[in-house]
Amino acid sequence: MEEPQLLERFEAHVAAEGKIEPDSWMPDAYRKTLVRQISQHAHSEIIGMQPEGNWLTRAPSLRRKAILLAKVQDEAGHGLYLYAAAETLGTSRDEMIDALLDGTAKYSSIFNYPTPTWADIGAIGWLVDGAAIMNQVPLCRCSYGPYARAMKRVCKEESFHQRQGFDILVTLCRGTDEQRAMAQDALNRWWWPSLMMFGPHDADSQHSATSMRWRIKRFTNDELRQRFVDVTAPQAAFLGLRIPDDELAYDEATGHWRFGEPDWDEFHRVLSGDGPCNAERIERRTRAHVEGAWVREAAEAYAAKHSETTAA
Amino acid sequence: MSDLWEVFVRARGGLHHSHVGSIHAADAEMALENARDVYTRRGEAASLWVVPSTSIVASDPADAGELFEPALDKEFRHPTYYEVPDGVANL
Repeated sequence: MEEPQLLERFEAHVAAEGKIEPDSWMPDAYRKTLVRQISQHAHSEIIGMQPEGNWLTRAPSLRRKAILLAKVQDEAGHGLYLYAAAETLGTSRDEMIDALLDGTAKYSSIFNYPTPTWADIGAIGWLVDGAAIMNQVPLCRCSYGPYARAMKRVCKEESFHQRQGFDILVTLCRGTDEQRAMAQDALNRWWWPSLMMFGPHDADSQHSATSMRWRIKRFTNDELRQRFVDVTAPQAAFLGLRIPDDELAYDEATGHWRFGEPDWDEFHRVLSGDGPCNAERIERRTRAHVEGAWVREAAEAYAAKHSETTAA
Repeated sequence: MSDLWEVFVRARGGLHHSHVGSIHAADAEMALENARDVYTRRGEAASLWVVPSTSIVASDPADAGELFEPALDKEFRHPTYYEVPDGVANL
């Protein structure tokens, strides 16, 4: 079949909510968009282990430590589901990891912020995982089968992450003045970066229109951001914390919360590599990759030797 | 870790194994261990299979019509095709 005919058939198929599988014909641009998006998503899960891993040895109780360990392990699992989904598009795991380490691939800017206090672990679960859920639930219906299936698995596990974060903050907010102040300080630092997780305004978003047409994306950045503010504002009120935005107000007429403008210069600065922890995150990931090389080599050598023995 | 393995999980006894995704591993033993860590952290499995991805023989999507369409026009293979006269029971 001629390419224009294939393209026409593909567009009609996705427009009718048909699914695309690894062996289906797809336009190069669709493949590229998905590799970029899924691998960035995988990298975010892997780099996202670091800010929380920072507190594994200092969690305030054995129970909190076991929970945090399980959560960080989930993040590694999510990274692996997503790398596997991206690999079905013909890009190797090694290529993706090289692109992360040499800086050509991006990951979510949120993970370039530091976690100086235990309350940050609560704020990450509540806000960062909360924002991630908003983004990820619609991806369960993405037109690309392997990505949609990976996202269903991720979303099922992500609700635990959000609730454990909120649980940490509930405990702190019912505690001493000092603990409440720590929770407030974490909200002050994580609120705006969390809103930035939804990406630039729709008008400034490069890939949005095509991704919507291809049923990769279901809602625009601004729609999801609004939905996040609408569900989160009452939760902050329950905690007795103040969202650091003077413009935040409930609009009776629309039933939505009005909110202020994130600092987009900061967003672009952090995304382009100049955030508080960008260098540290990549340095640490590179070190883990290099220091783990002998394990991968040993496993290969053992497998090769073993297959020789069984073949003989 | 260059080899790719497909992972199949039996959720509990009595059900068949279903494909859940894939995993990298150097050999079969490591593939089982990695599959356990990645796909069964919440008691999803009573049994696991790992199969080298290269061992899967798949039908070509281009042949889907030729392979599967002949089944579509044989409605008489389904019990609902037949009209059961009123008053007839246990059929």
